[in-house]
Amino acid sequence: MMTLSKETLAIQREPDVIYFRNKAKEYAVKIGMSMVGQTKLITAASELVRNMLRYANGGNAILEIVIRNNVKGVRLTFTDKGPGIKDVKQAMQDGFSTGRSLGLGLPGAKRLSNEFDIKSEVGKGTTVTIIRWKNGL
Amino acid sequence: MKSETAAFLKKNKKRILEAWVQNQMSDSTLRDDLISNEELSKQSDDLLDTLLKAVGSGELNLESESFQGVTDILSELSITRARQGFSPRETSMFVMSLKKAFYSLLDAQYKDDPATLYQASVELNNLLDHMSIVTMETFIQGREEVILRQTDEMNEISTPVIRVWEGILALPIIGTLDSARTQIVMENLLQQIVETGSRIAILDISGVPTVDSLVAQHLIKTVSATRLMGAECIISGIRAEIAQTIVHLGIDLSNINTKASLASALKLAYSMLGIEVRRTERKTIF
Repeated sequence: MMTLSKETLAIQREPDVIYFRNKAKEYAVKIGMSMVGQTKLITAASELVRNMLRYANGGNAILEIVIRNNVKGVRLTFTDKGPGIKDVKQAMQDGFSTGRSLGLGLPGAKRLSNEFDIKSEVGKGTTVTIIRWKNGL
Repeated sequence: MKSETAAFLKKNKKRILEAWVQNQMSDSTLRDDLISNEELSKQSDDLLDTLLKAVGSGELNLESESFQGVTDILSELSITRARQGFSPRETSMFVMSLKKAFYSLLDAQYKDDPATLYQASVELNNLLDHMSIVTMETFIQGREEVILRQTDEMNEISTPVIRVWEGILALPIIGTLDSARTQIVMENLLQQIVETGSRIAILDISGVPTVDSLVAQHLIKTVSATRLMGAECIISGIRAEIAQTIVHLGIDLSNINTKASLASALKLAYSMLGIEVRRTERKTIF
């Protein structure tokens, strides 16, 4: 996999969510992703950015255009230095939330993206990476 | 600062003012479309007057009481300029160009007394630096006020509640539905339900770019609150890509009435209220 272009944005406040979403959309449009693909990508991005703001008081989000086997995609990486997730398996279950939300953010973001990876260490922070390919379902 | 230096500056106020205004006018960034020469001269005169008076008092600290007048004039000026659309550079040039005017005068007067010249320059330099910081601070504050006002205005215009029919309200939601806006939307809607005694409210989300789980949660809360008031809610304007995303996210909207367009939501509302809309046979010739 190769990275074609890359940009890092700091997420600190609520308005950053909207700005980041617009940026993610820009990237998706740039590689010619379909309307449904774009919507899925920015919705997943929205969930993950909101999680970062809510549970870790913000962090960094990296936007990348990647290419693998001649297919382009958008990769988003969210890194925070928050409290970390104690039980990742539980957090990935539908309806589980420690913050009185619907509990669909993480599992929903996984279903909305083509590739999903989460690494978390209690006390250190969490990193979530998602990829949506141009021709992904 | 030595009192004779202060006195010398005061005595030569006219020369300083002339040099200063000259400096400002010769600057290529001067916005003579935004400010007239007379106004510029008057503002400069006012500031220089208060400044020299304060310097004469012996103290050179911008936070001291004798400089209150100076900071007042500066703040007023930069806030006005921020609103008029001056750039930061143009605004700070106002104070910066005063430096040059002071220096050329002092330089000529104290050529043979480097110690006095140095002392006066350093002190004036510090003072003017502080003045430009005040200018910048208030300038940014002025700009931020403009932004805050616009945000308020946007919140106000973005949530109209429309009475489409006797007993039917419609609420077109445009933009992102965050917690603060949901609160405004909900308040407006519930108040209108009470005022008009409406039984059906249509929330149209055609203008909402992204429906994530937070937005969905806000929508569900609004629907629940409406139901508690004895009215029914219909959500319309669900686009195809939004529908797919909601399904993938796993949001359950099955116990809420949803429609793809406002027209079909209105049709549903009519049938719920037992209203029939028909085309009439007219014999009038146009």
